[in-house]
Amino acid sequence: MDLNAVDVAFTEAAVGAGVTIVLMLSSLYLTSRWEATPKHSSFIPLLVVSITGAVLVYATLDAPLHGDPAAAVHQHVGPRYIEQGPVEVGMPNMVTAVLASYRGFDTFGETFVIFTAGLGVLLLLGIPTPHRPRPELNTIEEEVVLKVVVKLLIPLILLYALYVQFHGDFGAGGGFQAGVIFATGLILYDLAFGEIEARKVIPARWLPRLAALGVLIYGGVGVFSLLKNKPFLDYSVLANDPVHGQHLGVLLVELGVGITVFSVILLIFYILAGRRRQS
Amino acid sequence: MIEIPGLYNYWVVVFLMMAGFYVVISQGNLVKKLVGLSLFQTSVFIFYISMGKISGGAAPILVEGITTYSNPLPHVLILTAIVVGVATTAVGLALVIRIYEAYGTVEEDEIQKQDLVDDASIEDPASTSSGEKDK
Repeated sequence: MDLNAVDVAFTEAAVGAGVTIVLMLSSLYLTSRWEATPKHSSFIPLLVVSITGAVLVYATLDAPLHGDPAAAVHQHVGPRYIEQGPVEVGMPNMVTAVLASYRGFDTFGETFVIFTAGLGVLLLLGIPTPHRPRPELNTIEEEVVLKVVVKLLIPLILLYALYVQFHGDFGAGGGFQAGVIFATGLILYDLAFGEIEARKVIPARWLPRLAALGVLIYGGVGVFSLLKNKPFLDYSVLANDPVHGQHLGVLLVELGVGITVFSVILLIFYILAGRRRQS
Repeated sequence: MIEIPGLYNYWVVVFLMMAGFYVVISQGNLVKKLVGLSLFQTSVFIFYISMGKISGGAAPILVEGITTYSNPLPHVLILTAIVVGVATTAVGLALVIRIYEAYGTVEEDEIQKQDLVDDASIEDPASTSSGEKDK
């Protein structure tokens, strides 16, 4: 907490704990477990890395000190966001205000990148049909404690994700975190109860459509403000009062982000975890 | 608490970044390369967040009576980048899985060797009979 980046810490915790490990493990399962002994000498890479590192350390000697309020980063738009953000956008969490309102274009782009990444994985690997695990291999079937604990945890995870989604303008959180946490809940369900059960909750073929729906909500808000003769993603047209409009716009946009992130993460999980090993 | 020197965070960033860079350029295993790339990416995240810090500032959520806040802009950039990062890593992993299914290996050297054999068999089909490893 020394760096005061609550939203980032939150995101990293959700992504790191919930998603990255599962993705890495399933890819390792689908490729080879052992690596070949390296043939090249590591001398040249080490030399390149040492020189680059030395140059970078030399460059930091001119950098502003950690926490220096006079650093160039804090000079231009930063203070404006801090001073005017809560007034203009009307929400205490400045990170959400900057994310969804001031830098709405940027976030739209990021959402689109996530959507495209989901489509890329889908095109590369395709959605595998779930298969029934062979009973003699399925040791998780007997894990009663695990299943009971998972059943207790999942409603809490999903509820928490919704809280993070809709409370993002007041406290730490927002669509990105909520999407990841919601997906984590379903990933947990899939891991404990198997693919067939998980696909009954959300069929895999819904997910690309849901991902597109999220981007559509986000873009739709932008187009709506265009139709009202205002710039793209100008939320003040959404209500009579500009601040109220901002609030509504941020909520809608975060909802779009949340839906896209959730469905892309879950789609990637379905694809990677459901794929059978080919040898 | 002992005061850490002002440039300490940057040096940690440089160290992590170079560790990731080393893994990317020295390892032949494609999965390891992706792990190195993620490490590199994480170092950039730490760099941005360190830049956003203002000493004595609070987390950028408006609270009565607090006037100094850390810069919210780097936080915004990085929190989206984390989620984008995991999505793009997944694309990389998907590519690696396809490569493994096509070549039977994720080692760069062996893939290139197989490609050379394949190229040779296209140019002169009679000379090689072992190059039948195409998908």
